[in-house]
Amino acid sequence: MTVFTGLIYTMFITGISQLFFREKANGSIIQHVGSELIGQKFTSDKYFWSRPSATDYNPLPSGGSNLGMTSKALQNNALANTSNFRAKNELSESTIVPNEMIFSSASGLDPHISVQSANLQVKRIAKARNINESAIVQLIANLKENRQFLFLGEERINVLLLNLELDKIAKQ
Amino acid sequence: MNAFDGLQIIVFFGILILLTPILGNYMAKVFSEDFSNQRTKKKFWNPIRYFSWFEKLVYKICGIKPDEPMNWKTYAVSLLVFNFFGFLLLFILQLVQKWMPANPQDLNNIGLALSFNTAASFVTNTNWQSYAGETTMSYAVQMLGLTVQNFLSAATGITVIMALIRGLKNKTNGDIGNFRVDLTRSVVYVLMPLSIVLALLLVSQGVVQTFDSYVTVQTLEGAEQTIAVGPAASQIAIKMLGTNGGGFFNANSAHPFENPTPFTNFLEMFALILIPMALTYTFGKMIGSVKQGWTIFIAMFVLCIVGLAIMLYSEYSYNPVLQHAGIMEGKETRFGVMNSVLFANITTNVSCGAVNCMHSSLSPMAGMIATINMMLGEIVFGGVGAGLYGMLIFVILTVFIAGLMVGRTPEFLGKKIEAKEVKMAIVAVLAPNFVILVFTAIAVSLPVGLSSMLNTGAHGFSEILYAFTSAAANNGSAFAGLNANTNFYNIMLGIGMLIGRFAIIVPVLAIAGSLSVKKIVPQSSGTFKTDTGLFIFLLIAIILIVGALTHFPALSLGSIIEHFLMLSGKTF
Repeated sequence: MTVFTGLIYTMFITGISQLFFREKANGSIIQHVGSELIGQKFTSDKYFWSRPSATDYNPLPSGGSNLGMTSKALQNNALANTSNFRAKNELSESTIVPNEMIFSSASGLDPHISVQSANLQVKRIAKARNINESAIVQLIANLKENRQFLFLGEERINVLLLNLELDKIAKQ
Repeated sequence: MNAFDGLQIIVFFGILILLTPILGNYMAKVFSEDFSNQRTKKKFWNPIRYFSWFEKLVYKICGIKPDEPMNWKTYAVSLLVFNFFGFLLLFILQLVQKWMPANPQDLNNIGLALSFNTAASFVTNTNWQSYAGETTMSYAVQMLGLTVQNFLSAATGITVIMALIRGLKNKTNGDIGNFRVDLTRSVVYVLMPLSIVLALLLVSQGVVQTFDSYVTVQTLEGAEQTIAVGPAASQIAIKMLGTNGGGFFNANSAHPFENPTPFTNFLEMFALILIPMALTYTFGKMIGSVKQGWTIFIAMFVLCIVGLAIMLYSEYSYNPVLQHAGIMEGKETRFGVMNSVLFANITTNVSCGAVNCMHSSLSPMAGMIATINMMLGEIVFGGVGAGLYGMLIFVILTVFIAGLMVGRTPEFLGKKIEAKEVKMAIVAVLAPNFVILVFTAIAVSLPVGLSSMLNTGAHGFSEILYAFTSAAANNGSAFAGLNANTNFYNIMLGIGMLIGRFAIIVPVLAIAGSLSVKKIVPQSSGTFKTDTGLFIFLLIAIILIVGALTHFPALSLGSIIEHFLMLSGKTF
């Protein structure tokens, strides 16, 4: 049974996967800059920022903060993240910062943010790169991922892919 | 909540309810027909036709005599011996992983306490993880140790429910089947084919499956990032289907490589509850009353939906401490709040324990429902096989109590329920509750237990209560702030898991044996019907009364008080 369920089964799945889904089975790696599925940390004004991460985007090991709803630390982090996001993006005190930019993800490697969060960062990036805001807005519209099969999950946008495209615009 | 959330819930449960009779019927055939000796003359669309050669091959290699009948004692001994050797193999594999192949990260050998904990955990279908997969376990241990037990512990659960079904069906005959045959069939006809399909679907969406070493990249901003990969999809498929729940990576099904898209999330949730749901139909079919199967299904479904509703309400309510509703702490953007909560509810209903959000960061009431789901004994569909036999224990109790109330001899499916069965049922109900309450009490009274807490205040207590509940109920999810990788917790939780598993299995097999030799009394007008709405009501009432009486005091010290502290804006 061990040989069957442990060895033959795993080998079989690996074989088929490598044959048909080679790129995905190996981690959807994009030319040495990262994986499409694994989020990265961005602090520069020139890039879209990812969500806060309890592991600081280090995949070894992955994980969340595990702080409870009455945690002082969580409350402080949330306040700091909110005011930081508002200040850096030159948003007014009354702007509602999207939930996922305030709170850290479960895996610490969440590759996505909401479209709304991306839009709020446009002004800052346009200024830092000295390019037109409309080009960035267009980029967001192009890269927006809809609900899968139109109803599953949430609308979102992949931060790494977005930033790669952003670099391409700047070079033109 | 929006329309999409509602639609996803309806589609999810809709497809499951449609598939319940189909898979249930198939499993009933797999476990009741004798097709091991003759050449199978099955129609071309029947999967049995394509796998039977494999079953025979297994018997040949292992020297199993499929016709050998077993009474409940032999059955129990075979099961325990088999699981003991599984435990031993997994235990040793971890102790020597440094010297084995398929260890590209050159990970070190694992300590005794952690090896014990992990071996107990995977053999008992708990899959509690005191370790982080990507920094602890080599590929060899993941596939030869953990994946194997993912299959075998699930198959063991199915064997026990099959033995109990035969006990209920037999007419004065002590044979409750053959453990080795049931085990082989569970793997060959049910778990393996489904796993292969699921694993390949997962890979096609981006779940990793490779033996290469970890990939180091330079990020856009120039930092180094080492990305953990591995043969994950094959393990994740059976982790969900076998209600195991032990992640390949630390973040479990929240990790983008374990659960990359909303579709994989849908598939994983679907896979984790599919077999437990279908088994209720299998049960009905095999005992000759499909209606009885649906009765149990409905009782479970009601508990599942009520729990889900409370959790969703709680998660979408305003949190005065953090001044937001629908808090995304410990949740992933691609799933959002609803998919995280649905996953959290069914994974604790079903004794799976895989998570796609961090349960510790759920709102207090949602965390409490997750804990209660486990405290009830993982009977809301429950683990593969384990949920149904746990539920049948409550059915026996309900029949007994209802019998006492109206002054009739209690019967279930024509079998008289007498002192022996009720005693065994009580042992099976008390054992896990004993672990939860006594072990938690020990942990909170010792400094070594308290020093592992991450959160302070009521939530810290909930971390410990959740850990022992998860162990005793063989769930495996965690309020993961608790640092459980200490000698104290590894050993205590390991023992808790073994009690929570085998102190139920053995009494259940004893009940199967004792019912098996009883006559079936024909139904009369005096028989208390067990397939009616009234019975569903009574059953749910008994489950909630037992659960509430046992656990309300502990919960009020944890989640309930935390909820009120949160409402008054207190932090710790």
